Amino acid sequence: MAIKSRPVYAGFNVDITAQRHVLALEGQGADALLEKLAGGHPMLERAEILYVATGSDHDVALRALGAANYWLAPTAEALRDRLSEILAHATMCTRLYVAGTEGFIGSIVQLAADFGIANASIIKEFRGSQQRRVQCVHCKGFNDNVTISPFQCVHCDLHLFVRDHFSVRLNAFQGVCINAETPDIIPPSVEMYR
Amino acid sequence: MIHPEIIVRVTDIAVVAESVKQFTFERVDGGSMPVFAPGAHIVVSMDDQGKLRRNPYSLMSSPSDTTSYQISVLRVVESRGGSAFMHEHVDVGDTMTISHPIDLFPLHATAKRHVLIAGGIGITPFLPMMEVLNESGQVFELHYSMRSRRRGAFLSELERRYGSRVSAEVDDEGGRLDTRKLLINQPLGTHIYVCAPLPMIDLVFGVARELGWAEENLHREVFLAPPAGSPFYTNLAKSGTTVYVAEHQSLLESIEAAGIDVPYLCRGGACGQCETTVIDFDGQLMHHDIFLTDDEKVSGTKIMPCVSRFVGASLTVEL
Repeated sequence: MAIKSRPVYAGFNVDITAQRHVLALEGQGADALLEKLAGGHPMLERAEILYVATGSDHDVALRALGAANYWLAPTAEALRDRLSEILAHATMCTRLYVAGTEGFIGSIVQLAADFGIANASIIKEFRGSQQRRVQCVHCKGFNDNVTISPFQCVHCDLHLFVRDHFSVRLNAFQGVCINAETPDIIPPSVEMYR
Repeated sequence: MIHPEIIVRVTDIAVVAESVKQFTFERVDGGSMPVFAPGAHIVVSMDDQGKLRRNPYSLMSSPSDTTSYQISVLRVVESRGGSAFMHEHVDVGDTMTISHPIDLFPLHATAKRHVLIAGGIGITPFLPMMEVLNESGQVFELHYSMRSRRRGAFLSELERRYGSRVSAEVDDEGGRLDTRKLLINQPLGTHIYVCAPLPMIDLVFGVARELGWAEENLHREVFLAPPAGSPFYTNLAKSGTTVYVAEHQSLLESIEAAGIDVPYLCRGGACGQCETTVIDFDGQLMHHDIFLTDDEKVSGTKIMPCVSRFVGASLTVEL
């Protein structure tokens, strides 16, 4: 049973009222836009697309959309830097979209919060791997790309059960020691997030 | 008791603009007032010749001052009785009952910039807001629309205190708020707060939405006065009684007059606190609130007793 803090991503819906559309796409997140805008869309005249491939290959298709601006970022970090520049000079008539993995979406939500953009007003679509970014609640270290539960914290070696409890502020799920009472017993890991 | 109350004495009454009086309340027991957040309101109970009236008023005093509260009341021409009572029958030294502060119009801490838009007496919640924003060094501007300078309560004091951050749009000087111009270039992270008559709120929100503003950044305070209408009866299923709602009374007031406690906060059709389930009716529900969705209004299963009425043969609600 999902708990309340588990993020829900409503999916891409173009807000036609926005005067400017800024889109941050990671990997297969590009499909969220390409599928929505197959056949073109008037919003593209006012759209700036930032794309980081991370193993996928949508560069040609995205370029062909003919958006007002398009940039293929070399890394997610470079994409976020460029996005910060854009948001620093943007007005309230701007709509922000993000699609990709959960960790990428969360990193954009965090960045946008610094510019006063409410989480709820960002249009999001989840695409790609379900792997999770997990914070160890004991040593506070972050573990990226977690696919199994329990897993061993790379920082403190505890065996962590991955909860559905997600922190927007930290952009991470919470990992809790699974065998604190019985240190000798290490439950087998199961692949949870492909 | 659902609504804890405070017994206060009226310690000062001042005319602060044409048709606007400012009232100062202190506790009869000499204690401190509860601390409130800017934007909060209180509900003032009035004993009008045996008839209980309850009206919401925004707190306008300094949030850091717990010795007293201040509110300002516009004498409404077509008053149902509340504002007329405050203007004509309340004197310094009188004892009154007020609610604890209720905050349905808070400042948003994540905002980078606050644009405050007041229409007439809607200026009141912005007085404590500006004080807090100013003290904490946050960026804000006030746009204050009024019919005439004589009716613009607190304008000169605000101009003196906040300088160019205050702009007045005065009707009889040909001034008019250019909402589109105001909203089109606001930087990301701007929140707008509107306290004004409903048509002005609708206008500002309408322009903001047209320009693509996010809903999360739009905030409004409105207290709708319960409209008068034909008298009607309402059956209260749980209480096993029937109340009569007079022409100038709201359903909520008639239920309270019967000695039944109903949850409420704004008493003006906006907050949703008094939402009541309709069990059965033969007639037409006259929805006057801005809380229920259009679908909910059409469904005939809910009513907001603070402002909405009924026309027809019979109405039964779950109270």
